[in-house]
Amino acid sequence: MLAKFTAQRRYFLRLAVIMALYCAAIFVAVTLRKDAATPPALMAAVALVPGICIIGVFWAIGRLIVEEPDEFLRMLIVRQALIATAFALSLASIHGFLSQFQLVDRVDAYWVAVLWCFGLAVGQVINRIQYGTWGKCL
Amino acid sequence: MPVKNRLKVLRAERDWSQQDLAARLDVSRQSVNAIETGRYDPSLPLAFKIADLFGLPIEEIFQRD
Repeated sequence: MLAKFTAQRRYFLRLAVIMALYCAAIFVAVTLRKDAATPPALMAAVALVPGICIIGVFWAIGRLIVEEPDEFLRMLIVRQALIATAFALSLASIHGFLSQFQLVDRVDAYWVAVLWCFGLAVGQVINRIQYGTWGKCL
Repeated sequence: MPVKNRLKVLRAERDWSQQDLAARLDVSRQSVNAIETGRYDPSLPLAFKIADLFGLPIEEIFQRD
């Protein structure tokens, strides 16, 4: 069904579905958490869904890399993802050691995924500087 | 190994814009621009496609810098 769209269009469609599921899952999880009668097993299952949606975001980017027919744009996406990975893991490592020595507060691990998304923007800027184009919008 | 190319000259001889060339090669205009400016060296399949389009051997379009 998605074959008639361009790789970029398919990416945005997948992302839209995943983010809709993510928002719904967060809403349900927050609502259930307020209810003390929610069984722990159900709470655990619901709490897993947003994380699975984030895995879906990485999957969608992976599919974009596989399906993008333009080799130059594909290279830019790969560079962007690698820069984002280095950015997120570097900051997570620094923060991890600082929090280990109780110099900063601990934060929830899912913020690493948020950092990764900021890293995509950093990667786009670096691509623009080195290759003269922003590449594709992720 | 740095590679230079004559893509801009060949394109200008045919009075094609970067967008025209991109459409003929089925790639983005950014790709054509990156290749012309030497920021990106195309893969061998794309280099063959470029050579076929201009009707020239690859080595007449891409040379060692």
